[in-house]
Amino acid sequence: MSLLLEPSPTMIKEEKLYREMGLTDEEFAMIENILGRLPNYTETGIFSVMWSEHCSYKNSKPVLKKFPTEGKHVLQGPGEGAGIVDIGDGLAVAFKIESHNHPSAIEPYQGAATGVGGIIRDVFSMGARPIALLNSLRFGELTSPRVKYLFEHVVAGIAGYGNCVGIPTVGGEVQFDPAYEGNPLVNAMCVGIIRHEDIQRGIASGVGNTVMYVGAKTGRDGIHGATFASEELTEQSEAKRPAVQVGDPFMEKLLLEACLEVIKSDALVGMQDMGAAGLTSSAAEMASKAGVGIEMNLDLVPQRETGMTPYEMMLSESQERMLLVVKKGREQEIYDLFAKYGLEAKDVGKVTGDKMLRLYFRGEVAAEIPVDALAKDAPVYHKPSKEPEYYRKFQTMASYLPQVDNYEETLLSLLAQPTIASKEWVYDQYDYMVRTNTVVAPGSDAAVVRIRGTNKALAITTDCNSRYIYLDPETGGKIAVAEAARNVVCSGAKPLAITDCLNFGNPEKPEIFWQLEKAVDGMSEACRMLDTPVISGNVSLYNETNGEAVYPTPVVGMVGLVEDLHHITTQEFKQAGDLIYVMGEARQEFGGSELQKLLEGRIFGKAPAIDLNTEAKRQNELLTAIQEGVISSAHDIAEGGLAVALAECLMNAEDLGAKVAVSGDIVAELFSETQSRFIVSVKKEQQAKFEQLVEAKLIGEVTNDGTLLIENERGEAIVHLPVEKMRGVWKGAIPCLLKSKA
Amino acid sequence: MKFAVIVFPGSNCDVDMYHAIKDELGEEVEYVWHDADGLDEFDGILLPGGFSYGDYLRSGAIARFSSVMKAIQKAAEEGKPILGVCNGFQILLEAGLLPGAMRRNNSLKFICRPVSLRVENNETMFTSVYKQGEIITIPIAHGEGNYYCDEATLHQLIENRQIVFRYHGDNPNGSLDNIAGIINEKGNVLGMMPHPERAVDQLLGSADGLKMFQSIVKYWRETHVVTA
Repeated sequence: MSLLLEPSPTMIKEEKLYREMGLTDEEFAMIENILGRLPNYTETGIFSVMWSEHCSYKNSKPVLKKFPTEGKHVLQGPGEGAGIVDIGDGLAVAFKIESHNHPSAIEPYQGAATGVGGIIRDVFSMGARPIALLNSLRFGELTSPRVKYLFEHVVAGIAGYGNCVGIPTVGGEVQFDPAYEGNPLVNAMCVGIIRHEDIQRGIASGVGNTVMYVGAKTGRDGIHGATFASEELTEQSEAKRPAVQVGDPFMEKLLLEACLEVIKSDALVGMQDMGAAGLTSSAAEMASKAGVGIEMNLDLVPQRETGMTPYEMMLSESQERMLLVVKKGREQEIYDLFAKYGLEAKDVGKVTGDKMLRLYFRGEVAAEIPVDALAKDAPVYHKPSKEPEYYRKFQTMASYLPQVDNYEETLLSLLAQPTIASKEWVYDQYDYMVRTNTVVAPGSDAAVVRIRGTNKALAITTDCNSRYIYLDPETGGKIAVAEAARNVVCSGAKPLAITDCLNFGNPEKPEIFWQLEKAVDGMSEACRMLDTPVISGNVSLYNETNGEAVYPTPVVGMVGLVEDLHHITTQEFKQAGDLIYVMGEARQEFGGSELQKLLEGRIFGKAPAIDLNTEAKRQNELLTAIQEGVISSAHDIAEGGLAVALAECLMNAEDLGAKVAVSGDIVAELFSETQSRFIVSVKKEQQAKFEQLVEAKLIGEVTNDGTLLIENERGEAIVHLPVEKMRGVWKGAIPCLLKSKA
Repeated sequence: MKFAVIVFPGSNCDVDMYHAIKDELGEEVEYVWHDADGLDEFDGILLPGGFSYGDYLRSGAIARFSSVMKAIQKAAEEGKPILGVCNGFQILLEAGLLPGAMRRNNSLKFICRPVSLRVENNETMFTSVYKQGEIITIPIAHGEGNYYCDEATLHQLIENRQIVFRYHGDNPNGSLDNIAGIINEKGNVLGMMPHPERAVDQLLGSADGLKMFQSIVKYWRETHVVTA
C-alpha cells in the first residue's frame, strides 16, 4: 500500500481499523491517551505488534513471574536474547527455546527454517558461539496427507537451515496426537558457549551513539508476523501466508561469524536481533532497557523492494537482520569488520536522550512514540481462570486398568507407535556432527556435546509429555521438568537450568488460562526441587484451530554439565553378563499412557503421580553412581513403561539381549508409566559398590543371544522376542506410515 | 608439513578440518580466506565441507570462481596434495580439477550418518597407510552426493584405478558404481563425499579418517627427505 492510500488517523479510529491489527477498543483508547493525539497508520501498526502477546507477554507475564529464575550459576536470567549459566573455566552456556508454530502451520518449510534462524540469532546476539540446536515438534496422527506434508516439510526446513549454517542439530523430540492436527508445534532451541567477558546485552546506551543496521535487506515479508502469532488459526489463515518469512541461512552464517568478531570490539555498545516485530521491537526494546530514545531515518534502511512505506519497514519480519549500537566516532571499525564478510553495516540513526522512538521518512516525522509505552509499560492482563469440567471428571474417575492378553503383541504394537518409534527418519536429515563435538548423537536420553579445550561436555534435552499435562497440568508440569532432568542425569550430567516454551490455547478462555497457571505452578515447584532455574523462554498462546486448543504443551529444554568426559553414559546395554537393575516400583498408572492410547484410542483419567523428593533422591543416587564409574548404561522409564525401555536399551546394542524377571501385576510391571524410574546396567564386579550407592531392584542380566526374554515369577516366558524383530518394527514405523497412502 | 584450510563464505567444516590437523595429526595448519591469491607457503591444501555461497545454485558452482581457485589450480599442477571433502569435492568437480558431476541424493533428502567405505586403491598419497580393501567407517552429511559421469569417464576411472573409495554395503545416495571418492589422473587431487575429518577421535565414534591425513604426511616426508 502506498503512503497516499494509508487510512488517516480519524479513519483508523472511526472505522475501528485497529481491530484488524489485533488491538482492542480499550487498548486503542490507551494509545490515544499516551500520545495525547490519534496515532497515524504507522504508529497504530507499531503499537499493535509491540502489544501483541508474542512481543509483550501481556497475558502471560503475571504467570511467568512465578518461575524461579535465580541460582548461584545464573549469569543472565530471562529478558535478554538468551539466558546464561556459568560452567566454570571462565566459560558459560547460553540457551533459549522459541516457537514458530503458526508460520509452520501455513508454510511448514520456511516456517520451521526461520524458527531455527531466529533462535540462532538470539544466542549469538548475546556474544555466544552457537554449538547445538534441538527441537520439539508436535503433529497430528501420521495418517492424514496434510499431517504427512507438514511433518516432512517441517523436518526439511529445520535441516535445510541448520545444516547450511553449520550448527549441529543434536536432539529433540517428536510426538503425534490428534490434538495437534490443525496446529502443529515447532519449537527450536539453540545452545551456545561464551566466555564470561564476552557477554553482550541488547542495550542502546550513550546519547549520540550510532544506530547501525546490518544483514539482509528489509522486504515486505513477515509483515504482522507477531500479530498473526497471537491469534487463533482459522480457515482464513491460509491467506496469511505473506506473514511467513523466508530464510537465507547463508546470510545467517555470514552474520553469525561477523557478529562474533564484532563482539570482541569495544566499539560495540549493544546488539539485538530483529526478530518478531523486526526493526520496531529491536529499537524499542534496546532503548527502553537503557532508558534512552532512538531516532532513525527510514530512508537509510536497506530495502529489498521499492516504494516501501514506514509501516511496512517497521513491521516487516525479514530475516537475518541485526540492529547495533556503536560508539560515536568508531563506526569505521565496524564497517570494516562486516565488509570482511561481504556485509554492509549502515548507519540508520542515533541514540537520543528523550526516551522517544522517532522515525523520519522523506524528511518528515513518520512516527513518534515513547519507547517505554512499547516495551516495559505495555499493558498486562490478569485473565480469569477456571477449573475445566473435564479435569474434575478425570479426577473422580476410577483408575483405568487395561486388559492385556498378549504381552509380546502389545510390546510390538507400542514400539510401532510413532511417538515411541525410532526417529531416525527425522534425525538422519540433520547434520548432527558438524563442528565435531557430538559425543552422543540423537536417539539416546540426551544429546552430549563436548566443550573443546576442556574435559567437560554438555548434556541437552527437550521434553514434554503433553498428555499428562492435559490430564493434570500441575502434575504434568512437574513431570516435564523431572523427565528432562532424568534424561540429563542418565547421560552423566548434573542438570543446570531450563528454558521453556509454553505452547497453549487461547488464554482469554478461563479454562486455558487455568491450564497455563497450573502447569507453571508444577514446573516451578519441580525447578526449585531439582535446582534448575528458568533462565529463558518463550510463550506461544492461541494455538487453536477453529476453536479447538492443542494439548497444553510447556516444552522444557534442559542443559546439564558433564564434569568429566568419562562420565558420559548412554542408554544401550554394553556387554553380556552385566546386571540389570530397576530403580523405583511400578504402580497401576495408565492415565495418559501409550498403552491407554493404543487400547482405547484416547486418553482419560488421572496422570501418573510424582513425588519430587523421591525424584531428586533417585537422580542424585544415579548421578553419583555414574560419576563413581559403576554404571554401564542408564535409561529412564518413560512412554510405554519398562518393556519399551528394555527394548530401547537393546536397539543400538550389537548382538546383545536381555533376560529379566518380573513379578506381581504383570501389566503394570511391563507397561505402567509410573514416574521417577530408571533402568541401569552394571558390571558384575561393580555389584557391591552399586548396591551401596543406589537403591534398586536386580531384575536380570544382559545376554548375548540377541533376544529380549521376560519371565514371570513362575519362570514362564511372557515375552520372548528377537531384538532384530523389535528393531525392524521400531525403525520401520515412521517411514512406513509416510509411504502408506492415506 | 603445513596445511591450508580454504575458507569460502559458507564453509562450515573448516573448523573440523583445522582441529583434525592441529589436534589429532599434530601438524601445522592455517585458515586461508577465499580471496587469497597465493598458496606457495603451504604443502597441502584442504577444501572443507559446507555450503559455499549458500549453494542455492548447484553446489560449488559459485565457489569455483573465487580468486583462491587460481592458486589451487597452480598447486594442483605443482603436484601438491589437494583434498576436497563434501562441498570441497563438489567445488573440485565444478572447477574441472576432477571429472564428473554431482546430482541430488536419490532419496532427495539430506543424509547424515556414519557409513562403511572400502579402500579401493591404497597406492595413493592419500591412502597408503590403509590396507588395500580395508573397510572403514566415515560419516557422510550431504544432500548432493550422487556422483555421476559419462561411460567413457567411468571406464577411464576404473582403468586408471582413480576410484579410491566405494560405499560398502548400502549406497546412501545412489552414486554411480558406488563411488564415494575419486582421484585425478596425476594422483594428487582427491575428492570424496564422506568426511574423514569427522572420524579422527574414537570419542566421537571412529578414528578411521586419521589414516588419510597420516598418509598425506607420510608421502610428504618421503618426498621431502630427498630434497632436504
